[in-house]
Amino acid sequence: MSNKDKKLEHTSALQQNNVDPDMRAKPGLLIHKIVCYVVLIFFSILCLFFFYILVVNASRSHYDIMTGFSILPGGSFLTNLQNAVSNPTIPVLRGVLNSLIIAALTAILSIYFSAMTAYAIHVYDFKGKKFMFNFILLIMTIPTQISALGFFSMCTDWGLRDSYVPLIVPAIAAPSVFFFMIQYMKSSLPLDIVEAARIDGSGEFRTFNTIVLPMLKPALAVQAIFSFVTSWNNYFIPSLIIDTSTKKTMPIMIAQLRSADFLKFDMGQVYMFIFIAIIPVVIVYFCLSKFIIAGVSLGGVKE
Amino acid sequence: MKKRILAAVLASASILGAVSGCQSKSSTSSGTSSTGADSSTASTSDATSSEASTEESSQGGESTATDGKLTLKEGEGTVLNIAVWNEEFKGHFEKYLKDKMPDGVTVNFLITENKDNKYQNKLDEDLPNNETADADKKIDMFLFEADYALKYVNSDYTLDVKELGLTDADISGMYQYTKDVATNSSTGALKGVSWQATPGLFAYRRSIAKDVLGTDDPTEVQAKLADWDKFDAVAEQAAAKGYKMLSGYDDSYRTFSNNVAAPWVNDNDEIIIDENIMKWVEQTKTYTDKGYNNKTSLWSDAWSADQGPDGKVFGFFYSTWGINFTLLGNSLAVKEADGGKQEVGNGGFGDWAVCYGPQAYFWGGTWMAGAKGTDNATLVGDIMRAFCCDAEFGKQFTSDTQDYYNNKTAMEELAKTDYKSEFLGGQNHLALFVETAPKIDMSKISVYDQGLNETFQAAFKEYFDGTVDKDTALANFYKNAITKYPELKQPA
Amino acid sequence: MAQAANVSTAPPVATKKKARIGKYKKWGYIFMIPFTVVFLVFQAWPLIQTFYYSVFKYFWSAGKGAWVGPEFVGFDNFAALFDLNNVNILGLTWNTIIMWVLGFVPQIIISLIFAYWFTNVRLRLKCLGFFKTVMYMPNLIMASAFAMLIFAIFSDIGPVNSILKSITGGEAFRFLSYTGSTMALVAFMNFIMWFGNTTILLMAAMMGINESVIEAAEIDGANSGQIFWKITLPLIRPILVYVMITSLIGGLQMFDVPQILTDGQGGPNNTTKTLIMYLNQHIAAKNYGMAGALSVLIFIVCAALSLVVYYFFASDRSDKKSKKRG
Repeated sequence: MSNKDKKLEHTSALQQNNVDPDMRAKPGLLIHKIVCYVVLIFFSILCLFFFYILVVNASRSHYDIMTGFSILPGGSFLTNLQNAVSNPTIPVLRGVLNSLIIAALTAILSIYFSAMTAYAIHVYDFKGKKFMFNFILLIMTIPTQISALGFFSMCTDWGLRDSYVPLIVPAIAAPSVFFFMIQYMKSSLPLDIVEAARIDGSGEFRTFNTIVLPMLKPALAVQAIFSFVTSWNNYFIPSLIIDTSTKKTMPIMIAQLRSADFLKFDMGQVYMFIFIAIIPVVIVYFCLSKFIIAGVSLGGVKE
Repeated sequence: MKKRILAAVLASASILGAVSGCQSKSSTSSGTSSTGADSSTASTSDATSSEASTEESSQGGESTATDGKLTLKEGEGTVLNIAVWNEEFKGHFEKYLKDKMPDGVTVNFLITENKDNKYQNKLDEDLPNNETADADKKIDMFLFEADYALKYVNSDYTLDVKELGLTDADISGMYQYTKDVATNSSTGALKGVSWQATPGLFAYRRSIAKDVLGTDDPTEVQAKLADWDKFDAVAEQAAAKGYKMLSGYDDSYRTFSNNVAAPWVNDNDEIIIDENIMKWVEQTKTYTDKGYNNKTSLWSDAWSADQGPDGKVFGFFYSTWGINFTLLGNSLAVKEADGGKQEVGNGGFGDWAVCYGPQAYFWGGTWMAGAKGTDNATLVGDIMRAFCCDAEFGKQFTSDTQDYYNNKTAMEELAKTDYKSEFLGGQNHLALFVETAPKIDMSKISVYDQGLNETFQAAFKEYFDGTVDKDTALANFYKNAITKYPELKQPA
Repeated sequence: MAQAANVSTAPPVATKKKARIGKYKKWGYIFMIPFTVVFLVFQAWPLIQTFYYSVFKYFWSAGKGAWVGPEFVGFDNFAALFDLNNVNILGLTWNTIIMWVLGFVPQIIISLIFAYWFTNVRLRLKCLGFFKTVMYMPNLIMASAFAMLIFAIFSDIGPVNSILKSITGGEAFRFLSYTGSTMALVAFMNFIMWFGNTTILLMAAMMGINESVIEAAEIDGANSGQIFWKITLPLIRPILVYVMITSLIGGLQMFDVPQILTDGQGGPNNTTKTLIMYLNQHIAAKNYGMAGALSVLIFIVCAALSLVVYYFFASDRSDKKSKKRG
């Protein structure tokens, strides 16, 4: 539904309200509104509270943190940052870089090939197409964890342990991205365009790459963000596959903070590591939030 | 696990150019240039079996005279891969060995975390394929801990140190237990060497000891803590004054678990809980119920805080590496990384002392071994010799790092000097280590120690917390132990 | 939908089309290749292997440094999962479900209320964009980092206890030493991470409701409570079911948060250990037989739930479309 529609609805509803017996309920409505705002503000604070503590404690020295809670940030932000970045046991910059590489490649593969798969089913008629569509729909919600054992043993057998291949390549088969793509194609990819391209002599592959993909840009962008974030946050499978410390991704390093104990004598650093894992994503999110939230309500399938 | 702390400290010290780091660097390079020459002369005289190696070593002897470098034997690989589970050895390597490495040799540290046996599993996967692996991917050397030492010592995947060029003379100064741990039980071959011995002591806070016992003198305090009954009595006195005797549930665990009558697992793969371990359970439960401890867990933030400037805990059981790394690090109000100095006035620095405590024990220890299939056998041997078998270097090493070097005579000599620790209020704690190190008995270790000790402590934490009763804790221990080691059984 | 579109465009040029199908259909297959190959290699094959291992006694003996098995044992591994002397799978399922329910019930209630408020034209709330943005944010946070943060904040000497102590003056409350508080923390995190997402989904559903239905009800004198219960709720029931089932499937996969909060222990007394945490332990111990059997059981439950979601989409696709148009 477009914004215009919504506005129209609002105004029509407003007009309705004006002639409504609701007028006498005005004081009640005001109270209702106040209640709403109070509750909404409370939950907003709840969402932000822990991240606020994170920012505060990431800027305090270990001793400050140990002396108790503070509302105000301290002055050790840069020291903590420097200590965290130069800590050899948790090479956090490597972790960020590793995660960035994996998440970016995952996002690219995922959207490109999901779009291709969706295109195959949307545009072409071939035997088994209905079956494929239903099959993908069926497996969409089956979690990857259940085949983790086989995945792990396969990677061991094939020498893929400690490599990024098993973390990136499977993104090519991403049912939920496929589903989003095909829904989007149904609403905004007229088959006439493909026809026209054919008449102009464009090859099928070229049509897909140069004509169809640009038309899917909004959907691709939304799904790229979600794929990126999902991969960036992914912990279970990478923790099974990656062993060597310099190849670890951010979530594995964060998990190391919990089990390994060597760092606890500098809580400032611990908070700084968490800060590095969380805050960049939050900042990017606030820049793109409108776009992302529109994507969520559109998709309805992101788990 | 415990060694990571050391690693973090060492590495951060070297990176941030802490005062001690700079000092030691200059002093060691002067100290080792002569010892490097010594050791290569030794190898010249002993390695008579192969002419080539004699030639190489004598050449090495020449070059060490000028820059203390090791040489690369002809035909050996130019990539040296060392498998480790943390940064500790890497820190040592960069400080003491890097400059000595032959030109053109690349050293890679393959670091795999130790949690959930990951490091062992990685070794178990890689070692069997090591002989056929690409020359540059072969593991040349790996480190192991006492907790699972036997698995590698008794396997064919480790090389006899003699094959690496070490001689009886090289290893003669080492503490016997460090050799016993690494000796293959069927062939008697020595499969690994260690640069450290890790006897444990009881470190206490001087100010609290004065308040509770009226004295902070190590000899007098030791007299009051000489056995567990006396220890309990002091715990009661401390509690009366508002202090805690110990911080966490696991603090005294090693003193019991090191003095067991039999290994964790018997010949039928049954898990046997030793009486002494159950004594720990009883003692800790009593301490918890009476408020003698602070209910923390080993390595938790609260446990570290108890060692901090405002801690109210009488003392901690710590071995060599723990006292001057972990405890010292925790005691400072302003961390070194934040610009703090190791000096009296910064938190609890200088307010600590050590005594033997009620029972002798050890904690930790790292061994190095040559992996079968290595293409750098001589170089691995040379590294071992330079790092583990050199008495003079050992004194320097202990002075620099406060770690306790694996050479009996050298340590005894150093203990007799005016060596003292400012952190421990001027105490010469080396003298205590020298006394306890020969008492270390590792005959009851098993390959399951790491996993079973951790699982046991975790299961019984809940009993001490009061969330489960003793039988449930015991049942949970068996369940989780068997999940971790499917081959083990609960005794019927 | 795709099929329908093709069918509707097909008739006028039926004969030509046939030729074209013959010409182009190979491209359909070609474009399906990447998905199919990757799916077969990285999902289907591992799944088959997982099933295969489930009937074998097959594990790595870390102590002996050797494999034990594989030895065919039938359903012994499954029996072992239900054995009360082991970590019992029913207990684990119970833990998982309880923590899910504790997070989901408040989540769905709050989300319904917020979605209702956000779409309620009479309230005309301001700053909706801000609220939505803030409430959705935790969903994008790295769960492991969030769990580590909560762990640090709720530690015995952490900020929350330092606030508590300054209020009560008593001892610290050791959150992770009690089943109730540990579960509550896990549920709370799940709630915080998901209620924004659910709110947005329900909003979309509520905005899809034909306004005239509500207007008609208002004219008939229905109050806002009646409208909500009698009209809004029944009309968005399909999306509610969808949210619930997908959330349940997500709940069964619960891992990151309790794993990191309890350091893999699932304590106290294994009461916060989830199915996937136990699976992780078995894979870490390289116990292929038990890990396989556990995976098969989780698969069966998830497959059943996925079928529900499938029918939701299969039957509801056309409805949703028309709703959006409306």
